[in-house]
Amino acid sequence: MAVAKQKVLALNGNEAVAYAAKQSDVDVVAAYPITPQTIIVEKFSEYVHNGEVDTEFICVESEHSALTACLTAAATGARTFTASASAGLALMHEILYVTSGCRAPVVMAITNRALSAPINIHCDHADSMVERDASWIQIYAENSQEAYDSTIQAFRIAEHPDILLPAMVMLDGFFLSHTLESVNVLPDETVRKFVGTRKIPLVRSHEGKLVPFKLNPENPVTMGPLDLYDYYFEHKRQQEEAMQRAIQTIKQVHDEYWKISGRRYGNGLIDPYRMEDAEIATICIGSTAGTTKVIVDQLRAKGVKAGLLRLRTYRPLPSKDLTKALENVKAIAIMDRSHSFGAYGGPIFHEVRHILYDAPTHPQVVDYVYGLGGRDMPQTLIHEIYKDLQKIVKTKRVEKPVQFIGVRE
Amino acid sequence: MTFKQKGWKEIPIAGVCWTPTTEYLTGDWRTFKPVLDPEKCNKCLLCYVYCPDGAIEWKPEAEEIEFNYKYCKGCGICANECRQEAIKMVLE
Repeated sequence: MAVAKQKVLALNGNEAVAYAAKQSDVDVVAAYPITPQTIIVEKFSEYVHNGEVDTEFICVESEHSALTACLTAAATGARTFTASASAGLALMHEILYVTSGCRAPVVMAITNRALSAPINIHCDHADSMVERDASWIQIYAENSQEAYDSTIQAFRIAEHPDILLPAMVMLDGFFLSHTLESVNVLPDETVRKFVGTRKIPLVRSHEGKLVPFKLNPENPVTMGPLDLYDYYFEHKRQQEEAMQRAIQTIKQVHDEYWKISGRRYGNGLIDPYRMEDAEIATICIGSTAGTTKVIVDQLRAKGVKAGLLRLRTYRPLPSKDLTKALENVKAIAIMDRSHSFGAYGGPIFHEVRHILYDAPTHPQVVDYVYGLGGRDMPQTLIHEIYKDLQKIVKTKRVEKPVQFIGVRE
Repeated sequence: MTFKQKGWKEIPIAGVCWTPTTEYLTGDWRTFKPVLDPEKCNKCLLCYVYCPDGAIEWKPEAEEIEFNYKYCKGCGICANECRQEAIKMVLE
């Protein structure tokens, strides 16, 4: 398939996500507004009002209800979309597990925002990181363009009959959600063809026959009923299997999308930047990668073998790809925009360092917790990180494995 | 367990029931079982109405209630509601 002719629109991250949802032929949207996600819902309700979409828009009284409505709509076979952030996502916590447990492929955009208290509306990744165990696919966008592209891809990944897991697409609150960018958008027809209609697999019902996996009075099925120590574990094991299968599906969908859009983000799981012969590298997620690329270029111009590995998919965690990409790197700095209080560093640090335990080489790995509550991550601080890495390579010694950078003493 | 347990590769996803739930015999959860004293029972059927599991049946031929011990979990609501004190909970 040839790359489709696209138009460039001036959109902020939220509008880009809403536009992607509009083109993806969504049947049901149930959402509750919360800063900095509000524009997504607002924009989408305009599409509904103007008759630009054929979507049932359900106004609900809370995020708990928003996700419940999406989950149940998805259980009937509908394509569903919602969006949230911070306290809103936290209120959904219970239903996140119900959604993935019922294998309802809901797609949700998260504009990352810090968790209270103290109350803060700005970006860090605490809200979605805390939900990493909820059996949702998690894709983190670097810019608004990627937020648009990832939203479209998310429907295909989540609804894939071999996967059937809900998916979250993250974009950094304000840094992306409220910043105007030139976004290439595909023609409506191209997106509609790409996402297609939701394919419903067959499942064996209590009547012993194979019926479509959806709630339908003609062929009744029961989803997510009481499941004690005798079968709960088996159902959870199935979810893990679907997560592992998703590694391949995310790559496939990403490559297929590349063919129609001409855009790709690494292999869809990790997005390496000048990593080929890198001796030192940082790993981060989200919009900070954009700034870090500038620093990498500056260092490369001076002959420093610096690279950046952006983690695009955090769930499922692409452990093999990470190991491969880091095999020749001597020192790695993880940049965590959230912190696990009382733990040994932030969540990305835990997992990447953990993967490297089994790797043939053991690079030095350090963690920098940064940018909590929307604190800026300027070029100077990223330079400092790379300077530390150079020092670590030279001395072969890590003085402080976990540091908080950009915080006043 | 009341039926042969299957592995995760054999069962439908999302907890979809692949067999009628009546095959799941919840009677083995029971510690105390209800026992009827037919002499005291005035056949008011309050127990039948209150049983949350539908585990009390009315037998029209015998004109008597009967406990279905395959499903009765032994909650004791029937014994508690019975005005005639015709139901006793007996340790299994």
